[in-house]
Amino acid sequence: MIDKKTIQNIAKLARLKISEVEADDYSQQLTQVMDYFERISKIDTSGVEPLVTPAEIEVHWREDVVEQEHTAEDMVANAPARAGNLFKVPPVV
Amino acid sequence: MSSNDFEAVIGIEIHVQLNTKSKIFSSDSTTFDSGDNENTSPVSVGMPGTLPVLNKKAVEFAVKTGLALGCNVSQKSVFARKNYFYPDLPKGYQISQHDKPICEGGSVSFVVDGVKKTVSITRAHMEEDAGKSLHHGDCTLINYNRAGIPLLEVVSGPDMHSPAEAAQYCRTVRQIVRYLEVCDGNMEEGSLRCDCNVSVKRKNESTLGTKVEIKNVNSFRFVEKAIEYEIERQIEVLERGESIIQETRLWDPDKNRTFTMRVKEDAQDYRYFPEPDLLPVTITQESIDKIRQHLPELPANRRERFKSDFGLSDHDADLLTSEREIADYFEETASACKNAKAAANWIMSELLRELNQGSKQIQESSLKPSDLGALIRLIDEGTISGKIAKTVFQEMWVTGKSPQEIVKEKGLVQITDPQVIEALVEQVLNENSQQVAAHKSGAKKNLFGYFVGAVMKASKGQANPDLVNKIIQEKLKS
Repeated sequence: MIDKKTIQNIAKLARLKISEVEADDYSQQLTQVMDYFERISKIDTSGVEPLVTPAEIEVHWREDVVEQEHTAEDMVANAPARAGNLFKVPPVV
Repeated sequence: MSSNDFEAVIGIEIHVQLNTKSKIFSSDSTTFDSGDNENTSPVSVGMPGTLPVLNKKAVEFAVKTGLALGCNVSQKSVFARKNYFYPDLPKGYQISQHDKPICEGGSVSFVVDGVKKTVSITRAHMEEDAGKSLHHGDCTLINYNRAGIPLLEVVSGPDMHSPAEAAQYCRTVRQIVRYLEVCDGNMEEGSLRCDCNVSVKRKNESTLGTKVEIKNVNSFRFVEKAIEYEIERQIEVLERGESIIQETRLWDPDKNRTFTMRVKEDAQDYRYFPEPDLLPVTITQESIDKIRQHLPELPANRRERFKSDFGLSDHDADLLTSEREIADYFEETASACKNAKAAANWIMSELLRELNQGSKQIQESSLKPSDLGALIRLIDEGTISGKIAKTVFQEMWVTGKSPQEIVKEKGLVQITDPQVIEALVEQVLNENSQQVAAHKSGAKKNLFGYFVGAVMKASKGQANPDLVNKIIQEKLKS
């Protein structure tokens, strides 16, 4: 059971603003989802290796080579606020 | 109750910046002094739709470090998302490793106050660094150059009990990663960062006390001082009958104290889950073995070998293995002159002093180990005296010329021809007939040294001192 309080806590952690009505709705919806997982989790999986990714394809790693494709100006161009080439955000301390 | 009834328990997390050329998940440069946001890309600033691609070198460096710290390296480790909001973390999560780190279960040993101490390494995991925040009153400015730089977080067990042990542990780890050349260990630039977890408990209690994390400690001396302060502070709180609040504190080097950074009200809920954008990191046993075979000799082993092979003292072996480059320099010099003790002495006294004065690293020395070796050989072969050698050394340091060249140019070859020395002795004795008479009659004692000094002076320091002694003795007897 995902109660309203849990929903509100998840929303807070995710920095989402939700109304009372939404909290009720999500509580019901997510409870259904969780119930389904509850059923799945009853399946006996002993001896089965936990699955991290379904695609066990060959790993692709990068060589350690620098490629600088963008200028600092490019990178801050879409920022809502900037100071020079720095991103500007509301104060955090 | 006195503070003797308490015991401190210390665990350390060291963030080791792996010195790859590019970041862990993107090709941005990792250079330290680039302009604001110059080393960024859509991946490192967390633009939607971008995907991380793992840097091979970062994995290799992590494995190398893990092996050197005596860890088991997992053939399969998994990246996870650590979710939290802070503007220096552009994606809203840090890609880290959680329940399947790349390295687990190692240990390091070192000596504190003459006692050997072993500290366990719980784990070492790969992760990306965050950006840098610059706080102003009305806003915060963010530079993401550091975001995505590969880190290996080395987590010790809660095995240390004094500030000195903690600092020595940090020094040892730094020395190892510098030997491995996986990290430059520059604490001022943040290439190596130590977070200290400190708690105290009454000695008769078995459960650990509430721990406080101290961040932002950028030198080993501060590690020691910050922990010392924190232990005292916690004991005082407990003695007042209050309890320790779990929190993160910062070290203030100007005021010599720690202060609250943030209180962990509800235990941080990072909601870790496996990173869906990256496959598990799989490494074959074969490649792990290959990396193991290519590990350099580590400082502890090298120190022991220097003691047994070259007969160096603990102190000298410590000093000469403190940096890999110094140890290499010493070995090259020793093999060039076949006189390890002399090589050790010249490096520790003359060379390190000059390097210190010039704020230079040994690898920047204009004086090559082969030349220092040659200088020692010149002394051992009797070509120049030890005293003249110091002059030659100075000249070598300034000009970078070989000792043979300098000796030849300046005509500094030691005078070993008994006839030449005899002539000098006779000249000195003739010029000092009164003193000779006083010496012979016994009216004045201790004049012998005076004659030796005068002859050495007359030879501009080049006469072989043993011969000078011998010939003066003979002359005075006759």
